[in-house]
Amino acid sequence: MQSVSNTPSIRTIEKVIDETPTVRTIIISDSNLENVLPGQFAMVWIPGVNELPMSIMITEEKGKAAFTVRKRGVSSTALYDLKVGQQIGVRGPYGNSFDIRDGKIALIGGGTGLVPLMRLAKFAKPTNDITILMGSKSKDEVFFESLANRILVDKKHQIIVTTEDGSYGERGFVTDVLENLVKGTKFDAIYTCGPEKMMHKIVQLANSKGIFVQASLERMMKCAIGICGSCCMDEVLVCHDGTIFDGKFLANSQEFGHNHRAKSGILENY
Amino acid sequence: MTPDLSVSIGPIKFGRPAMLASGILGISLEVFNRIYRSGAGAVVSKSLSKEPWDGYPNPTIVGIEGGYLNAVGLSNPGAPYFANMIKPNKDVPIIVSLVGSIEDEFEFMVKQFEGCNVAAYELNLSCPHVEKVGLEVGDDPKLVTKIVSRVKSVAKAPVIGKVGLGTTNYLDTVKAAIDGGADAITAINTLRAMGIDIETQRPILSHKIGGLSGLAIKPVAVRCVYEITSKFDIPVIGCGGVSTWEDALEFIFAGASAVQVGSAIGDGWIDIFGNINDGIENYMKKKGYIKISEMVGLAKRF
Repeated sequence: MQSVSNTPSIRTIEKVIDETPTVRTIIISDSNLENVLPGQFAMVWIPGVNELPMSIMITEEKGKAAFTVRKRGVSSTALYDLKVGQQIGVRGPYGNSFDIRDGKIALIGGGTGLVPLMRLAKFAKPTNDITILMGSKSKDEVFFESLANRILVDKKHQIIVTTEDGSYGERGFVTDVLENLVKGTKFDAIYTCGPEKMMHKIVQLANSKGIFVQASLERMMKCAIGICGSCCMDEVLVCHDGTIFDGKFLANSQEFGHNHRAKSGILENY
Repeated sequence: MTPDLSVSIGPIKFGRPAMLASGILGISLEVFNRIYRSGAGAVVSKSLSKEPWDGYPNPTIVGIEGGYLNAVGLSNPGAPYFANMIKPNKDVPIIVSLVGSIEDEFEFMVKQFEGCNVAAYELNLSCPHVEKVGLEVGDDPKLVTKIVSRVKSVAKAPVIGKVGLGTTNYLDTVKAAIDGGADAITAINTLRAMGIDIETQRPILSHKIGGLSGLAIKPVAVRCVYEITSKFDIPVIGCGGVSTWEDALEFIFAGASAVQVGSAIGDGWIDIFGNINDGIENYMKKKGYIKISEMVGLAKRF
């Protein structure tokens, strides 16, 4: 049984990896968060700044857990700027996990949305044939490609990188590549995490082809334990009922791909 | 004969004894529907202010031994937005919680709900972590009377005052609410509290001081319900650490006409409402009670 802590535990940053000019992975020792299920997250406290929901990144060392963050707003930049020896608080793990099906599976990630998909790749079955689609803006923003190859060295796999400017891999968006792929390949399941508009397109495409699909969603989160209601979407709480939802459910959602709630709870458009 | 789980809280009637407490899961009608279907007798909204409030930065809610610490900061979409959202509601008994500093604000907010299906208003006189509202209002009995009587004069639905433990004797706040015409009292709110992380030596909540909820405060809440219902002739809704049907009964025996559930949802999710209904029903069968009202205040026989 997984042990869940709702009180922050303080961890010291032991290593920082520069993934791209805007993305870093910070590594801590945490044997509880090390082996969480693919898709689960922790609340990460940056003392004096904020506490953020972060998908728990895999590491290649025993006893460690990691978080991969892109500097964007004040809080994510504060997390990005932390140095070795500085401290964060972690609580969790929270959330459900991907339902990994047999056969041919596609993992489609945009930016740091690749984090839960890397863990999914690590948990993939020996029989899986895995296609990973990685989307980014340009060549210098591509990350996790070699890591994914190392994780999947024993399994049948291919990795397709897309860049919006065409400076590396295929030019364009992962959604375009996927549209072409599903014409020739029969996937048994598709898993996605990234910008919601991207996931919305992927879910629609998968649903229209009758392919099992799951997406990992992000919403304004405060408690992460299903009491504050900040992350509600339609009738579900993303922290408690998700963050991973099936295409069947998402097809009927009024809010998925369209709205999310602001800090006050007011619905805003994407 | 099957026991009847319906409750009367003065003029307010619900089909089941446990309702969702304010501040918990309270911003979307779809979620309200889900909680009602799961067995709650009613749902109380988050406390609504005149304008939308963002609340405090995280950490806003953390678990501690025996409960939770929170200083969410009353984040809410504002009364006008919320009133518009619940307009389509027909079936769910919604208690609208309101928070403000002066009677004019409360009047403005109540007027937003004309044309909405509102089961009652619950006035937040007790939030312990936002300045100029909540507990600071509750600590001023004269202001409490003014606010309650103004709301009573404009509201079509019954009015409940939610009290907590501040710097004024809370029984004076209860008296002030009764003087203003309150139909019922909810007791209690979270208790002003804080937690400090010893490794970083920092307060954990971003607002430093917040409110303590959960099992840790249950004996305090039971005592307050007992005292209020002993001293005054007003129906009370018990709130504070209700996690099981046994807890709900403890409040009822102390004098509560109904109970509210909050933090326990973080531990056992909304299944708790069904569990409370089933547990109380079985208890009533075993002990031969037909109506919940027969059990209210039974501890006072001793």
